[in-house]
Amino acid sequence: MELASLSSNLLYAAFVLYLVATFFFGGAIRDKRSQSSVSGWAKIGFVVTVIGFMTHLGYFFTRWIAGGHAPVSNLFEFIVAFAMMLVGAFILIYSIYRVSILGLFTMPVVVLIIAYASMFPRELSPLIPALQSDWLYIHVTTAALGEAILSISFVAGLIYLIKAVDQTKAGKKTFWLEFVLYSLISVISFIIVTTSFNFMNYEATFTWVDSNDQQLKETYSIPALVGPNQGDLQTDNRLAPIVDTPPLVNAKKLNTLVWSLGIGLALYTLCRLVLRKRLGAALKPVVKNVSLDLVDEISYRSVVIGFPVFTLGALIFAMIWAQIAWTRFWGWDPKEVWALITFLFYAAFLHLRLSKGWHGEKSAWLAVIGFAIIMFNLIAVNLVIAGLHSYA
Amino acid sequence: MENKKCTCGHINPYGTILCESCGRALTGEAREQKLYDMRYEGSARRSQTYNKSIIDKVWNFFSSVKVGIWLIMLTLIGASFGTILPQEFYLPNNVDPSVYYEDVYGVFGKLYYIIGFYDLYNSVWFIALIAALGVSLVIASLDRVIPLYRALKKQRVDRHESFLKKQRLFAQTDEIPNEIDLQTVRNQLKKKHYKINEENGALFAEKGRFSRWGPYVNHVGLIIFLVGSMLRSVEGLYIDELLWIREGETLQVPGTKGEYYVKNEEFTVENYGEESDPEVFNEALERVGTVVKNYQTDAVLYRDENNELPGAEPQLIELAKDDIQVNQPMKFDQFAMYQTSYQKDEMKAMRFALQNKSTGEEKGELTVDLFEQQDSYILGGGYKVELLGFYPDFDGFTEEGEPKSKSPLPNNPAFLFNMISPEHPDGEVSFVEIQNTMEPLGETDYKMTFKSLETRDVSALTIRKDLTLPVLGLGGIIFMIGVIQGSYWNHRRVWIQNKNGHLYVAGHTNKNWYGLKKELDLILKGTSIPAPEDQVEKNKK
Ligand code: HEM
Repeated sequence: MELASLSSNLLYAAFVLYLVATFFFGGAIRDKRSQSSVSGWAKIGFVVTVIGFMTHLGYFFTRWIAGGHAPVSNLFEFIVAFAMMLVGAFILIYSIYRVSILGLFTMPVVVLIIAYASMFPRELSPLIPALQSDWLYIHVTTAALGEAILSISFVAGLIYLIKAVDQTKAGKKTFWLEFVLYSLISVISFIIVTTSFNFMNYEATFTWVDSNDQQLKETYSIPALVGPNQGDLQTDNRLAPIVDTPPLVNAKKLNTLVWSLGIGLALYTLCRLVLRKRLGAALKPVVKNVSLDLVDEISYRSVVIGFPVFTLGALIFAMIWAQIAWTRFWGWDPKEVWALITFLFYAAFLHLRLSKGWHGEKSAWLAVIGFAIIMFNLIAVNLVIAGLHSYA
Repeated sequence: MENKKCTCGHINPYGTILCESCGRALTGEAREQKLYDMRYEGSARRSQTYNKSIIDKVWNFFSSVKVGIWLIMLTLIGASFGTILPQEFYLPNNVDPSVYYEDVYGVFGKLYYIIGFYDLYNSVWFIALIAALGVSLVIASLDRVIPLYRALKKQRVDRHESFLKKQRLFAQTDEIPNEIDLQTVRNQLKKKHYKINEENGALFAEKGRFSRWGPYVNHVGLIIFLVGSMLRSVEGLYIDELLWIREGETLQVPGTKGEYYVKNEEFTVENYGEESDPEVFNEALERVGTVVKNYQTDAVLYRDENNELPGAEPQLIELAKDDIQVNQPMKFDQFAMYQTSYQKDEMKAMRFALQNKSTGEEKGELTVDLFEQQDSYILGGGYKVELLGFYPDFDGFTEEGEPKSKSPLPNNPAFLFNMISPEHPDGEVSFVEIQNTMEPLGETDYKMTFKSLETRDVSALTIRKDLTLPVLGLGGIIFMIGVIQGSYWNHRRVWIQNKNGHLYVAGHTNKNWYGLKKELDLILKGTSIPAPEDQVEKNKK
């Protein structure tokens, strides 16, 4: 038990260090001398990041020892491992290009991802038979590393778009850029909603009827705007749902989504009202000194470096393990298909860049879409589409 | 279609744009360009040269990367549709997909079924897309790799000045460097692992040319993989069988033509326990309930020595004992035997007592083996029970009042007994099913009392042989070598040339220009030779 709590504390420390690093990278932007050489702020930010990464590794290995298996076996552990890989990928790319703005955008995303992960059950869980294999960590860590390096391409692409998209006139581009930023805000909103109601110990139990006409129970931990099929509220003094869902839809998850998007929209509107301009426009001064060609190259380079790692981890190692555990190397399971889709998408990205000369802005949009696909596979496929991979 | 002779004397294949040797432009169009298109070194690609016959047109279609990208995107989008609803092969057994989709998913499900998306990955159009991708891969690669190989092989050390001027990284000065500066540059280049060639006052440094073959190597890997995945249909390369085997049974291993037999000695399912397993898991176990730790079949593998002799009784020789678990299949010959599924506690035998209803006295016990029944069971002392009928999977009565059985599996056994006693030498009839007894021919003095149930587990083993795996593995390895070769190395070239009192410096790379520029800054630092400028960026300003 000692080791397990040490492990959680290490993760907590890493979380705080990443937050601190964000502020130093922020300071580097304000530093007027930062154009030519790496400023002192950025140096400190980078050192703090590296220390945070060490601490994060500390979490990973102490938890590994405590649980007797690599901590990549449930959604919480996997997302935290992904965040760790993202920091690792950032350190790798930063040591090639030394662009502090990359830190300013990556570290908050990392902080967000860790906070997001901690919304899921955090206890150490024993491994079901299918997961009892060394391939578990070989496959999952390599796949996560590949996805993380590819995600750096998204961060660079986002920086590119914030700088390049013309904010003087509203159009498709400003809309989609705002949409990306709104999506990030919705993640914050999800964390706020979940923690607040958790804190208040909110609980509402429903009985409901599934597609086989079976009566079941479901307990919500946030107020039900969207209730289950023929739901009947059992707890007193709780909000009655506004709408019921058909039996096939997972009402509880849909409800959480509705809350996150709703509060996210409120937060976004609030920001707009305070700033009196688009978020993209508000962020523009932050990226003022950025060289577009350089972030474009960083974005592309991350794809070039990440693509082989992703292929190895998410397809080749995955197939080897599937052959051992599930008797076949490929079975068109949704998670497998989405890994293939990610692979094909980045293959298309590389070919577009090579032959059609899709550089700069087009390539930045592609990087954003690629990240959306990765996130979809990471989160939505696990939560929404049930398959062999869906975690308990 | 004649070959083209360049002013420098080199003979180029028909269709060449930039002379393979000196780099002069051979077409008017190329002469007009501000910067040369260096993608394939201006070499003669078939697709850019011929466009007359049908073959030319097909070739050009498939060699276009634009078409390739379309094919990739269509495959990607197509594949995603298959994840909206579960595919046919993930449905529960014994359901008819034509009704299942509509039943469960309503109109959308019906539509999904009608369009054929329920078995998308085996559909003709999906397979055709992948095949087109494969064809495109082959043709596009051939179209480029051969001329590119020629051009890189024939390149001269010194180039025509127009070639240097039209490189993306370029600088020019009239200051001729001294030997000391040149030596510094040579040393720096060597330090960066460049191979240096010099001729007629021209210096040419190159590294990482092999990385240019990366895409072609990885495409070859993909092709091998695709071919490998088609080999499954070849007779004998692929076997996939399922064997349900009860505890204590010895059965022929399907797919081995009777050569192998397997015995299931015991099947176990083990759960994690709060006491028996590390304390750290208790919290999780409390939240989710039971978690399975192990599925295991203790198996014994035999070979039938008489397999070759027609008509002979099997003579089994024990070959191996193994506990088959998930993630730990048993391997033999070219087969692997996996733990796939199970059924706990299948009913094996039932024990009854013959009881006098009024006195409660038991006159003896009998065991009915649900797989091997006797016609009658003699209890002694004039007592005997006859089994008139056995219905392993009892499912109600027919219109004539006959009991019927849904299947031969003992899921819900029912018995029609005739109880013979000294009082009733002709017997009394009793119909017994689980938790229910009927007396169809009138009330009886005796009854059958249920005593105990004997059960056993059934394990499902998958037997698989897949000889296509080595081919797929080879494809995978070649693919990885190719992507790594093309991704983690770049092809970089530097020309420093002293001509007619001018000094030209030019650089080329296939990707990552920023890296090359930084490297050149470093190499030329502290010399009189200017670092080349990025002409693309300069033109933008
Ligand atoms: C899933 C399928 C494919 C994968 C994974 C794949 C992978 C790759 C990779 C990794 C590269 C190197 C890119 C770079 O270095 O930036 C490449 C280059 C290339 N691929 Fe593909 N490819 C695929 C399909 C195709 C198809 C269908 C075509 C047909 C037109 C094609 C044509 C090319 C060409 C022409 C190059 C560039 C070679 C060069 O200019 O050096 N690829 N491919």
